[in-house]
Amino acid sequence: MYQGIRISGFGGQGVISAGVLLAQAGMMEGKEVSFFPSYGAEMRGGTANCSVVVASDEVSTPIVSTPDTAIVLNEPSLVKFEPTVRPGGLLIVNSSLVNSKPTRTDIKVLYVPCNQVAGELGNGKVMNMVALGAFAAATGAISVDAIARALPKVYKKLKPEVIELNVKALRRGAEFKLN
Amino acid sequence: MAEKKLMKGNEALAEGAVRAGCRFFAGYPITPQNEIPEYMSWRLPQAGGAFVQSESEVSAINMVYGAAATGVRCMTSSSSPGMSLKQEGISYAAGADLPIFIGNVMRGGPGLGNIAGAQGDYWQATRGGGHGDYRSFVMAPNGVSEMANFPHKCYEVSFKYRIPSMVLADGIIGQMMEPVEFTNPEIDPKTLVEPDWALGTNKDRAKRIVKSYDLREGYLEVMVNERVKRYKQIEASETMYEEKMMDDAEIAIVAYGTSARVSVAAMKLAREKGLKVGLFRPITLWPFPKARLVELSKRIKKFLVVEMSLGQMVEDVQLSLNGRSEVHLHAKPGASVMTADEVYKTMDAIVKKGAKEYAAVK
Repeated sequence: MYQGIRISGFGGQGVISAGVLLAQAGMMEGKEVSFFPSYGAEMRGGTANCSVVVASDEVSTPIVSTPDTAIVLNEPSLVKFEPTVRPGGLLIVNSSLVNSKPTRTDIKVLYVPCNQVAGELGNGKVMNMVALGAFAAATGAISVDAIARALPKVYKKLKPEVIELNVKALRRGAEFKLN
Repeated sequence: MAEKKLMKGNEALAEGAVRAGCRFFAGYPITPQNEIPEYMSWRLPQAGGAFVQSESEVSAINMVYGAAATGVRCMTSSSSPGMSLKQEGISYAAGADLPIFIGNVMRGGPGLGNIAGAQGDYWQATRGGGHGDYRSFVMAPNGVSEMANFPHKCYEVSFKYRIPSMVLADGIIGQMMEPVEFTNPEIDPKTLVEPDWALGTNKDRAKRIVKSYDLREGYLEVMVNERVKRYKQIEASETMYEEKMMDDAEIAIVAYGTSARVSVAAMKLAREKGLKVGLFRPITLWPFPKARLVELSKRIKKFLVVEMSLGQMVEDVQLSLNGRSEVHLHAKPGASVMTADEVYKTMDAIVKKGAKEYAAVK
């Protein structure tokens, strides 16, 4: 089993946090994992992306150049990462912010209105968790429960009610299914 | 088994140093190694040590020179352009036989280059880098766990042989996160015996001097030759390497750090297609595992060196083999990472065409 993931969006959307969380969850499930961030001149409002690998065997390179799944949280990310997805792979599109439609026909596309769902839950910040929930349900690479268990490990200072809200967002995201 | 922790390579290196007894760090910020000083800034005070963000790389290396002269386990870290600035201090530490420990998380060069991971400082690290005849003990980690556990070995060698030591990583190893397990016992520096050359305030003992010069005629030669004896001991007893699938290999990839990880994937790809490929990974870059390469050359006639540089370690492989086997090169300069597929294609071409050299310079 090998799942290479690329998550991309604006700085401040929780791209890096989501990636670290996935790696932590994978590790807690006993899998081999790696996480690699884009780094340097990143800032709120700029672009950020990261690579995550969850696998049954040792991870060779932590940089995912042809992802099995790309999660794009904003418009520029779609332009940048749609062409990189492995044929037959999955593209998760944050349809709240991405207006364009992917053009490739050799990949699966899952539209998730992450911001809208997060807004309904009362906190727009959990939009990255909505995307992760959708990823977990669509790929089965990591369970929603594992991600939920990883939350307090990665974010030790989060209050229980905030953790709970994040878990809710994960579960709402998991309700989105591929057609 | 201890619980595995998800850590960044840079943080693991810092924590590994503290657990190995480091109690003084001086450094100046530079990407992609900033997590090291950041981590040390809170971790060292917690451990009863001291952290200094210096005004420059030059002052940092000289602070570390001073700390090491008192026998303290100390550290400085930087990335390529900053390492260039430290070279004078490293040469002085080598000349004064001081056990300083250095982390270099390499980025693109020459000059200011860029902030992505690269392997262009191999020559600088293994050839001395500063002026004069000297060596540093250089270890090349291939992941976060080795970042965590190599400082222990570096301090051990540094103090035993009185030589600067270095962990030579690249930006990818520094920035990536992986599960980590600290495998070495934690060292409380209070339990360490004070070296018999260390400076201090004790007035009841013979005078001790730490210096890197001797102006009396013929004396410097004696000093250097005494050091060379230690270098020979290190070469004989501290050389480290790892081999993967080498038993039936007909071609051996030689690679370190991130290049070695990509090479593992390339090796698996090649094995699936029927090429008998193995991996030879130098763990110490100095001392370089020459003797083992010579032994391997008795049955392996083709070596492929894979590097994120124009080709630097390839010269050590050539020097070691001295014409005994073919040496090919897959070079990737400019702070970019080769893909497993590219490396596989190079191997395939070597087998099919027997061509001498493949530089993937575009």
